[in-house]
Amino acid sequence: MATILIPTPLRKFTENNSKVETGGITIKDAIQDLATKYAGLSKHLLDENGNIRSFIRVYLGDEDINALEKDATVIYNDSIISIVPAIAGGSI
Amino acid sequence: MSNSISQLSPEELARYSRHVIIPEFGLEGQLKLKNSNVLVIGSGGLGSPVLLYLAAAGVGHIGIVDFDTVDDSNLQRQVLFTVDDLGASKAETAKERLLKLNPHIRITVFKERFTSENALEIIKDFDVVADGTDNFPTRYLVNDACVLAGKVNVYASIFRFEGQVSVFNYLKEDGTRGPNYRDMFPEPPPPGLVPNCSEGGVLGVLPGIIGSLQANEVIKVITGVGDPLVGRLFLFDAASFTTRILKVHSNPETKIEGLIDYEQFCGIGPDPKSEVKEITVQELYDFKTKGIDFQLIDVREPHEFQIGNIEGELIPLGVISESAPKISKDKPVIIHCRSGVRSAKAIRELEDTFGFDNLYNLKGGILAWSKEIDTSIPSY
Repeated sequence: MATILIPTPLRKFTENNSKVETGGITIKDAIQDLATKYAGLSKHLLDENGNIRSFIRVYLGDEDINALEKDATVIYNDSIISIVPAIAGGSI
Repeated sequence: MSNSISQLSPEELARYSRHVIIPEFGLEGQLKLKNSNVLVIGSGGLGSPVLLYLAAAGVGHIGIVDFDTVDDSNLQRQVLFTVDDLGASKAETAKERLLKLNPHIRITVFKERFTSENALEIIKDFDVVADGTDNFPTRYLVNDACVLAGKVNVYASIFRFEGQVSVFNYLKEDGTRGPNYRDMFPEPPPPGLVPNCSEGGVLGVLPGIIGSLQANEVIKVITGVGDPLVGRLFLFDAASFTTRILKVHSNPETKIEGLIDYEQFCGIGPDPKSEVKEITVQELYDFKTKGIDFQLIDVREPHEFQIGNIEGELIPLGVISESAPKISKDKPVIIHCRSGVRSAKAIRELEDTFGFDNLYNLKGGILAWSKEIDTSIPSY
């Protein structure tokens, strides 16, 4: 099982878990598995067509998946996947 | 940096001796600082440590952009200010404080919002920009203005326990520029999708840590000492004490051809509060005391409810739609949050999705109730 690191702004949807074990062969599988486990997270990660939203960056290790095979990037049991959201600071 | 090179006075040499004796830094590094011009946008949580360290380090000319005034809820993290400064201009107060710290530097204050209209004019006289802003529209504006004007953008951002730092638009030895913010985040999240700090808060010491790292990168960029955080994004989680550095690549599809309407770009239209029906705290008080049948809903988070509440039914904004069956369609429903922004979002969501027409936003939220009706309810 690969591990997905959940950033602070999204932990409210993962019962405050900062790491979630996830299944699948590719990044897309892993993100969809995560979105299935935590239904409230789905609209934050995936668009209507099930694709990863453009304002979310997904990393495998220290590399942006866009520099790899995008969401078709293959993952392994020891893979660390990071979701990196844009954060802006304190104002409404 | 600046064309007119100033030398160090004996007083300055004594002051900066701990810099000058670092072999890689030396007199040359200190002179580069003295002859540099750094614009710090925002003098709040991040801006406070950035300004203090840049002033102390001897950056010769610092610009401060901040239209805001000091509020008591700032003092938990904005260490430039004290209770004596409440209500005063942040930029002016910062200038006064920094000149006491280091009278050898020059400070220019811009007591105005950083906008598409003034951005390029303001940054033209500076070499490096430190982005300590607190909202998406200004983040994109700072980035785009830096790209258009050819300035380095030392970026930092915070949320709760988490911070990000990077150096954007850095001029590399081969003459090309390093990645910028839009290469990382081509477009912002829609409003309301990612919670903001007013909903989520920020650990007071976090901007101290992240802002200090930001100041460190500014100094490295100016002096050429070390390896600046170019093409890399530093992440820090204060809760777990984990740090990571991720790669950031330039995106050939990123095109910045001019400054735009950044509120519109970030999907922030007219104030949503003005588009929903409103009720004042005095009217709510009358409802309560005159026995009128109504439903009161509080869309804040449970931990905010614990701070203080006015006996509303707690349904956080994030679960408002799935809780729609609990909301009456037969009597007035008053919805409130802290200040009225989230409750307006909740009303829009309920009206658009379920066709409610009996929802009223409590104007000014629980803060207004605390101020005008019941001062025993804490404001936060």
